[in-house]
Amino acid sequence: MSQLNLHLKVWRQNAGQPGHFQDIDAPDIPDHASFLEMMDIVNERLISKGQEPVAFDHDCREGICGMCSMQINGVPHGPEKATTTCQLHMRKFRTGDTIWIEPFRAKAFPVIKDLVVDRSAFDRIQQAGGFVTVRTGSPQDANALPIGKEVADAAMDAAACIGCGACVAACKNASAMLFVSAKAGQLNLLPQGKPEKDRRTLGMVRQMDKEGFGNCTNQYECEAACPKEISVRWITKLNRDYAVAAVKEALGNSPKVAGGGD
Amino acid sequence: MSAAFDSLNRFYASSIGKKILVALTGLMLIGFVFGHMVGNLLIFAGPDAINDYGHLLQTALHGGGVWIARAGLLAAVVIHVVATISLTKANKAARPDAYAQHKAQVSSKASQTMIWSGLTLLAFIVYHLLHFTVRVGNDFGSAAYVYKTDEHGHTVHNVYKMVIDGFSWAPASIFYLIAMALLCSHLSHGFSSLFQTLGISTDKSEPLFKKAGYAFAGLIFAGNAAIVLSIWLFGYGR
Repeated sequence: MSQLNLHLKVWRQNAGQPGHFQDIDAPDIPDHASFLEMMDIVNERLISKGQEPVAFDHDCREGICGMCSMQINGVPHGPEKATTTCQLHMRKFRTGDTIWIEPFRAKAFPVIKDLVVDRSAFDRIQQAGGFVTVRTGSPQDANALPIGKEVADAAMDAAACIGCGACVAACKNASAMLFVSAKAGQLNLLPQGKPEKDRRTLGMVRQMDKEGFGNCTNQYECEAACPKEISVRWITKLNRDYAVAAVKEALGNSPKVAGGGD
Repeated sequence: MSAAFDSLNRFYASSIGKKILVALTGLMLIGFVFGHMVGNLLIFAGPDAINDYGHLLQTALHGGGVWIARAGLLAAVVIHVVATISLTKANKAARPDAYAQHKAQVSSKASQTMIWSGLTLLAFIVYHLLHFTVRVGNDFGSAAYVYKTDEHGHTVHNVYKMVIDGFSWAPASIFYLIAMALLCSHLSHGFSSLFQTLGISTDKSEPLFKKAGYAFAGLIFAGNAAIVLSIWLFGYGR
């Protein structure tokens, strides 16, 4: 085990106020620590010096909850492919490195404090159609609804999205298309989701626009940054599903579109 | 009627709706750019070929064809430009605070500069129309540019001489070459991008669309630059 001596440039900000970078020296960081453990060590030292610790989001620390965020050296979740910040290890850095740590920046993700941003815009998009309406009561038999293996596998790929927001953070337009397309596509693909496909697609896209995310310019930075490697082909599908739903809405009977609130 | 109009409005107001319009108008413009280049290459077949071609375009459908094409192209350009400017503004507004460090991992420079290559092309289109269509600040519309074709004995506009004279002036040639380079850059992203926006791309077809886009962009640049360079630098027709 070796120790790293790092220099951090960390974004400090209180909600609604302008922020700034704070230079923090982080000597003697064990290289087997995860990035969040490194932040814990830094915070312990700040607290023992009577300074305010750096606020950052985290929960499961095993790469599945989607809470950890952080733009590390210009890339969401840091330099490792298909890896969340909590699964990034300090052995990926060299002693003497300067590490820039910023929050995910987007108008739709306002900073709550330091590196913590409010990602509830994603929840409102989900509420606008990212669900299947089911009756209450006993569930039907598990095998009553045949689903092809290919469809089940593809839906599972989309369902791997943990809603962390790295796609928004990586996109030069802060577009949420990868998230929305994965969430809509997963259900649009499955027989359980098909009946509500059009209203789901219209509802989720409209809520996405309302939240102030940017527009997709097909550069696929989102796919490169996604810790779950969600494919941009889901965006292709969302574009297609949206076009079909919009035409049906214009020419056919109007579906009632759910709203995710403001 | 008003319900359908509402839907159209809502379609345009949505992010994906606008992008689909940009893709469709982009497809129209791609078709035009190709036809325009192929037609222009007739200059290498001599004065009769290109002058007859010009005359054909001017007189198709009793002279109405050219105006139908112009109206369609104008509408396509206006929708393409207005929608992309509005999308770009929304994109800038979506990230009010810039990153101190932001690393692009996979996107090309061409894709990052679409708005700038596009706006420069818009300025070029205006210049190009003033140069060869409206013929402002030159005498390309004068009696010196009337041509009698050998084959039919028609008197037609001498497109051949106009193009040769036009590209004999270095500043015009240089601006045309810069514009074609930017068009090449714009197409290298725009061509494959439109299939994604229209929901057509698949994992298997995407690499093909990408390669086809690069090939198309290169072809358009090579074809158009060949005309400018052969006249300006190699004295073709002079």
